[in-house]
Amino acid sequence: MNRFLLPMAVFVPLVAILAIGIYHAPEKDIIASPLLGKPAPDFSLPDLADAARTVHAADLRGRWYLFNVWGTWCGGCRAEHETLLEIRRANVLPLVGLDWKDDDAQARAWLTQLGNPYAVVAVDHAGRTAIDYGVYGAPETFLINPQGLVVYKVVGEVTHDVWTREILPRVPRAAFPGT
Amino acid sequence: MRRTRLLRLPGVLAVLAALALARGALAVDPTEMPTPELEQRYLALTHELRCMQCQNETLADSPVELAADLRHEIRDMLLAGKSDAEVRAFMVARYGDFILFRPRFTARTAWLWLAPGVLLLVGALVLGRVLRQRAALLPQDLTPVDEDTPN
Repeated sequence: MNRFLLPMAVFVPLVAILAIGIYHAPEKDIIASPLLGKPAPDFSLPDLADAARTVHAADLRGRWYLFNVWGTWCGGCRAEHETLLEIRRANVLPLVGLDWKDDDAQARAWLTQLGNPYAVVAVDHAGRTAIDYGVYGAPETFLINPQGLVVYKVVGEVTHDVWTREILPRVPRAAFPGT
Repeated sequence: MRRTRLLRLPGVLAVLAALALARGALAVDPTEMPTPELEQRYLALTHELRCMQCQNETLADSPVELAADLRHEIRDMLLAGKSDAEVRAFMVARYGDFILFRPRFTARTAWLWLAPGVLLLVGALVLGRVLRQRAALLPQDLTPVDEDTPN
């Protein structure tokens, strides 16, 4: 009896710690962004609509916006496109696109065919800005507040549920237009 | 028999030499650094950073485009005179601790680093105790057992 006391005293807490680890583990495929609560990285990139113009991250400050990383090569981006159009129609906050390692002509054709949910799209051919945002796959979407801080990050598709349950509740009502 | 084996040897060597030469071309990462010292540091860094997309491959081994972009970033930073620590800090700031195959020693990872030592210590203490107990029992057992002697 006594000789099992010590091993059990070690074993039981170990099982408890592992159980907590398993049940409290965040979704294993999703890696928490170290950018949360930090300023959204700066960039100056060409505008997809007009390569002569430049999109500056600094110019986006002062209001809530969604920063959506996409590409025409990305299947998940096609799947979330309907939701992005829904977000555009909701007119709560603008979508800023980052066209990641893509062909400009194909990207423009994609937006013409499927509808353009973006207020503006920055073009990142080299992928440097995507690296600054810690992007490791498309689509990824960042919710950014008026101070330019990253409030929330969606890895993978923005679905209707993600939009209504995760993104919208994080935006203060006062930020909605017309209130 | 022996003769044919010897004759084959040059052929085998030629194939090995060709493979060795081809290795550079077949490798995932064809990057070459200008000095052996930079090459060494570049290889070390790309082998200890994770490809975030494939997750169980290093940046050096991964064929995906993002890994290539990150390798370029490492190359450019090293060529610009940045230290290994600066390169690691750059990656962690963007992708988090997960990008490091060798976790840093922080409050969160302390148990990870210390647990093996603690377990070893516990094991040594248990072993010591068991051995002392046995040693204490030993003198009592010194009287030889004489199985054949009836009582």
